Amino acid sequence: MLAQTHKRGHTATRAVCLIFAGAMLAGCGINTIPTLQEQAKAAWSQVLNQYQRRADLIPNLVETVKGYAAQESKVLTDVVEARAKATQMQIPPDILTNPEAFQKFQEAQNSLSGALGRLLVITENYPDLKSNQNFLALQSQLEGTENRIAIARQDYITAVKDYNTEIRTIPGRWWRALMYPDAEPMQNFSVAEGTEQVPEVKF
Amino acid sequence: MAAVLRFGGMVLAMAFALWLSAAVAEPKFPELTGRVVDDAGLLTYPEEVAITADLKALEDKSSDQVVVVTLPSLQGYTIEDFGYQLGRQWGIGTEKMDNGVILMVAPNERKVRIEVGRGLEGTLTDALSKIIIENAILTRFREGNFAGGIKDGVRDIILVLTGDAAEVEQRGKARHDADESAVNWLMVIFWTLIILWIAYSVWSSARYASRAGGRSAGPIFLPGPSWGGGSGGSGWSSGGGNGGGFSGGGGSFGGGGASGGW
Repeated sequence: MLAQTHKRGHTATRAVCLIFAGAMLAGCGINTIPTLQEQAKAAWSQVLNQYQRRADLIPNLVETVKGYAAQESKVLTDVVEARAKATQMQIPPDILTNPEAFQKFQEAQNSLSGALGRLLVITENYPDLKSNQNFLALQSQLEGTENRIAIARQDYITAVKDYNTEIRTIPGRWWRALMYPDAEPMQNFSVAEGTEQVPEVKF
Repeated sequence: MAAVLRFGGMVLAMAFALWLSAAVAEPKFPELTGRVVDDAGLLTYPEEVAITADLKALEDKSSDQVVVVTLPSLQGYTIEDFGYQLGRQWGIGTEKMDNGVILMVAPNERKVRIEVGRGLEGTLTDALSKIIIENAILTRFREGNFAGGIKDGVRDIILVLTGDAAEVEQRGKARHDADESAVNWLMVIFWTLIILWIAYSVWSSARYASRAGGRSAGPIFLPGPSWGGGSGGSGWSSGGGNGGGFSGGGGSFGGGGASGGW
């Protein structure tokens, strides 16, 4: 009877100590690196998602423009090719910590942004196209998507900044050395580049 | 245990995020004084009251929060840039469903925007937002009739949001579930059990110690920082709109909607 109570008391004390230790560790920021890492990854998924959404809109847009401005074949082909390049690009799983792959991804998306921008500029010259209901709907969707891309990029920039700051400053540095040696700094968009490359979608 | 760890991490991450966001330059946001925030003074009081009543009726029915804001200045930002940040700042819509909409009018920049929360992007699409702006709002604005444009815009937004009765019903139901806040009760029970358990173990080891005359059980520390975490979410979950005060429910915005100018 005595031994049993003794044992039970010890189990309870040990559990309390565990809870205590867990809380202390959490308070010290042992979870901060994985938390920020997941946030940055989620923000990146959102970036990919919005770029994909833009790519999905393009075939329809190109078809509609073709109906009114078939002679602009150079601009149209540019868009189709840039889209193909951007969507067919293999995205390696380590893209966020791989500067080369990240750079390539950015370049592909930027050249698509540029081609799209040129396409939208020439549509100005076709009043019939501009009053086409289908085109107007596509235009507003494209506008909305460019806006979402800008916001997703901005959110990603903030998330990565948080994460990179955490693993480079104390105590995050210590936690990284101790617990998460594979937590690499992530690549980020430069803000200037982003604002530079977003096509002017004014109608 | 996992919950404790998660809470600690969350609290810390939140504190960190707050600290960081304070360091980043942001536009100065107007105060959310009600469903209609007419800082640019485009509406008369009766018009404001009428629109507020319509918007309240909509929220009671479908839980969608729609807010009208008129801004004297965009502070150098584009209306798209200002819009989503304002939406996040105010947290229009519930946190669970992100079902907020903001109709923004900046008369001095001659811009208007319908900012749509993530959860409503499928209902109030970019194309529909654009149609509302072009047809209902801008035609009036071009005549200088701001109140009429805002009223018609609100009417059309409500029409779109209530267009699908089944969907509206479903959203209303989900809101009731959220109101019952089952999670908080679970947390209360969880912590009560732990406290009881600790008390019991203290009591039983103290009894053992007194009987055996041996060492005492020693002090029991309670995990300090993580306790605040249990109530950390409560500030966000207010549905808003009951009685006089109105507040956002923590909804988020990802840039849905459309803009226009005149």
